[in-house]
Amino acid sequence: MRGADAIVKALEDEGVKNIFGIPGGAIIEVYDALYDSGINHILTRHEQAAVHAADGYARASGKVGVAFATSGPGATNTVTGIATAYMDSSPIIVMTGQVPRSLIGNDAFQEADITGITMPVTKHNYIVTNPSELLHIIKEAFYIASTGRPGPVLIDVPKDVTVAEVEYNYPKKISIPGYKPKTKGHPKQVKRAAELIMESERPVILAGGGIILSNASEELIRFAELIPAFVVTTLMGKGAFPENHPLCLGFVGMHGSKYANYALTECDLVIAIGTRFSDRTTGRVDNFAPYAKIIHIDIDPAEIGKNVRVDVPIVGDAKEVLKDILKIIKYKKRKEWEDKISQWRRKYPLRYKNDGKLKPQYVIEKIFTIEPDTIVTTEVGQNQMWAAQYFKTKYPRQFISSGGLGTMGFGFPAAIGAQMAFPDKNVVDVAGDGSFLMNIQELATCVDFNIPVKVAIMNNQFLGMVRQWQELFYKERYSATCLRCKELRFDKIAEGFGGVGMVVEKPTEVEETLREAFEIRDAPVVIDFRVERLENVFPMVPAGAGLNQIIDG
Amino acid sequence: MAKNAKNTKNANSNSNDRYTISVLVENKPGVLARVASLFRRRNFNIESLTVGTTDRDDISRMTIVVNGDLRVVEQVMKQLNKLIDVIKVSDVTEKSVERELVLIKVKATSESRGEIVELANIFRGRVVDVSKDSIIIEITGDEDKIKAFINLMRQFGIRELARTGMVAMQRGEKVVSV
Repeated sequence: MRGADAIVKALEDEGVKNIFGIPGGAIIEVYDALYDSGINHILTRHEQAAVHAADGYARASGKVGVAFATSGPGATNTVTGIATAYMDSSPIIVMTGQVPRSLIGNDAFQEADITGITMPVTKHNYIVTNPSELLHIIKEAFYIASTGRPGPVLIDVPKDVTVAEVEYNYPKKISIPGYKPKTKGHPKQVKRAAELIMESERPVILAGGGIILSNASEELIRFAELIPAFVVTTLMGKGAFPENHPLCLGFVGMHGSKYANYALTECDLVIAIGTRFSDRTTGRVDNFAPYAKIIHIDIDPAEIGKNVRVDVPIVGDAKEVLKDILKIIKYKKRKEWEDKISQWRRKYPLRYKNDGKLKPQYVIEKIFTIEPDTIVTTEVGQNQMWAAQYFKTKYPRQFISSGGLGTMGFGFPAAIGAQMAFPDKNVVDVAGDGSFLMNIQELATCVDFNIPVKVAIMNNQFLGMVRQWQELFYKERYSATCLRCKELRFDKIAEGFGGVGMVVEKPTEVEETLREAFEIRDAPVVIDFRVERLENVFPMVPAGAGLNQIIDG
Repeated sequence: MAKNAKNTKNANSNSNDRYTISVLVENKPGVLARVASLFRRRNFNIESLTVGTTDRDDISRMTIVVNGDLRVVEQVMKQLNKLIDVIKVSDVTEKSVERELVLIKVKATSESRGEIVELANIFRGRVVDVSKDSIIIEITGDEDKIKAFINLMRQFGIRELARTGMVAMQRGEKVVSV
């Protein structure tokens, strides 16, 4: 069969149900093959959004997300999406068309060296130089993207390869000599970890996104309850542990609650699982958990000892390692530590001023109380931090956010991906007015495919987080952060695209409007919340400070 | 891993230490670019890098000399290991034979030629080309020997210099192979 037909058949054999993308000259044969396939294709309006949607689909479902783009500008538009997925270890496949092999290197029309460009932001990438390698490469790509520490894999396919005759024999098994991820923790280290846990009087679990990726939430709950240990999560770890659980202290780091940051600073043992100790989580590294020994469980050996000192390193899959440790630890009462934590909790609750003005925190709380099962995606900035603070995540994969790269414009297309994975769920993108504009064109996609994503804009007419920094650290010199868009009518824009638009100006309108929006199941809904413009995200640990040096509102 | 954790805290390691790393890679297009790109984006410094095939056509061996403290070098090795095309990464700094080949073209007049050849002989170098006013010497050896010889040649005037970069192999039983 034609190379293009082999590609589509291989994707079917991999169980792919949805592809996000945009066609073009170099990938036209593959789209021709797709025409006869049962695979659902979502035509996004920008390739960046296609990749974010595939990423959102992967994060919501745990399956590999797939995006298509043509050569040249199509391919280069995918780069931010790929880098976003790379930083957050999200399993996606990006397939790009390429100019015919005979033209590669000649600066042909719509030619770009996309494998060269994406080398630093992919787990691996391929250019298919021989049609006979095509199927093997696809098989390898899915395997690499979804195993070990997951990540994006790009496959660049020259147009003549998609036309060439290929014999369809999709490989069942593959062996890559340089890629053998280790899932089982070393027994000696597991034993040492158990010993440290039993000795500890003030243990804290730092749960990262790795727990969600390894589907280890159940094990984590058993682990935390058995010790027992309080759990703080990173931004990526939100949802790894139910936030309504008495042992959960919520998310930690730059905008974490005071009690979570105090717990992580004062503890005598950090059990870090599936986290890379990003600077947003640790604060100043030499001030990080100064009294604690550190156990670090991660599937990627390169993360161990990269940012913080580690006493017991365990390389392995979170689920496997937790199962092993669970077998050899016992319950131990730690009354003093429990009392200390509940004291902090009482003394320093997460709070905001309820002064009759429309507060973004209030809106986010309402989303959660009206529909606790809502999948929330976020943009990046204040909206993201408020969502992380006030949306009490119940289950894994419920909170989807660009953590590592911090990509504004991620949340909306990611919500489209999440909605495709769970058509019946309520999916809300918590947005800022700055971020939403960065992929607003996807309203057309939602209308086209009847995707009922809700966009809740925390509209303060500012690039709010940068403005907050300018207020606190740059003497209120608001350089280029005021969006001056009082006249901008997001509700009318939504209507112009064929979706539904709503405006909320008073707290009393929030609940009713959200309920009305959540009822709509066949079109996108944009709700423009005209929130208090100068509201800040507190508490806050300034960049480069220790986690206990907290600024309060 | 236990050993690595101990090393991380090694107070004696110095940021200017020199490490030699052997890397076995799949002999595929783009491998060198992947390795080079990794070093650049992780801000690691390469002192020298050589590539050649092994006894197997499908596997190449890179010898990379890097400067840094132990922590940095451990990160280098771990990050290299993450590259899919990299099969094996070994630290061969200890107990290894290190060799580099250098070609030096030195100004040589009828008066100085004799002395240059004599010095080359002492260093077991070979004269590979002689012309009216220059001479090319081929010399192999470890870093110290090469440095010493190059320094000696400066007085005559070095016109051109080409080095292969270091290759290394551990003595005795230890082998770097698949």
